[in-house]
Amino acid sequence: MNNISLIFFGIGILFDLFGCIGLIRLPDVYNRLQSATKSVTLGTCSIMFGVFLNYGFSGIGLKALLSIPLIFFASTVAAHALIRGSYKYGIKLWDKTVVDDYKDVQK
Amino acid sequence: MKYLTLFICMFLLWLLLTFNLETPNIIVGLIASLITTLVFGKHFLKGWKKFFQPRRYFWIIIYLFIFTWECIKANFDVAYRVLSPRMPIKPGIVKVKSSLKTEIGKTFLANSITMTPGTITVDVIEDDFYIHWIYVSSKNPQVYTKKILGRFEKHIKRIFE
Repeated sequence: MNNISLIFFGIGILFDLFGCIGLIRLPDVYNRLQSATKSVTLGTCSIMFGVFLNYGFSGIGLKALLSIPLIFFASTVAAHALIRGSYKYGIKLWDKTVVDDYKDVQK
Repeated sequence: MKYLTLFICMFLLWLLLTFNLETPNIIVGLIASLITTLVFGKHFLKGWKKFFQPRRYFWIIIYLFIFTWECIKANFDVAYRVLSPRMPIKPGIVKVKSSLKTEIGKTFLANSITMTPGTITVDVIEDDFYIHWIYVSSKNPQVYTKKILGRFEKHIKRIFE
């Protein structure tokens, strides 16, 4: 069990790293949020799953397993709030953006 | 009845989180779930009867597998776009129409869209979802509606409606 959980730790840390690289490389707020939400959520969930495999059905393992849906809902709702907030605040999309349908509903 | 359902859910969550069955712990759990129920009860789901229909749980399990697969795909997609030197991105915000009726169904669809490859929900107004898409591959509304919603919408309809 220990080795498998180590593999999950490794995958998780790797995806967290990709998320951070994306945060630096991508051009604007909206694209950066894309990389930050997806990679970091799966990375952290993978680490938590590794903890669960390591400890099994005990107090610690179940807490780690329960934290997966909590992290998931928190990060998706936070990303939604951030992206909507930054649009309402008036931050411009990247200049190579192809289409913007959301402009029409803004008064 | 709505309040009772919420109370049972909260109490089960408490038992899972603390993971011991001693009397003081159970009493604290009962009090905590009672307070939660009194405060948040009126915001709970309208159709509490749906909690007691077993086939919905079956669809939730199938949905979880599909969703995990999509989530992993999304991460490889992001990793590819971030690491490749040319950065193949072509972002835009598109409007997508969904046929879901219930609030909870829309919430789950919006959250699922956020976790799938290259898309993130900006806003939901009535039936329209405004979605930021990292690589807009076609300008035809029918094609991209199918691409973004296609797989999730029918499963969520089975679960929540």
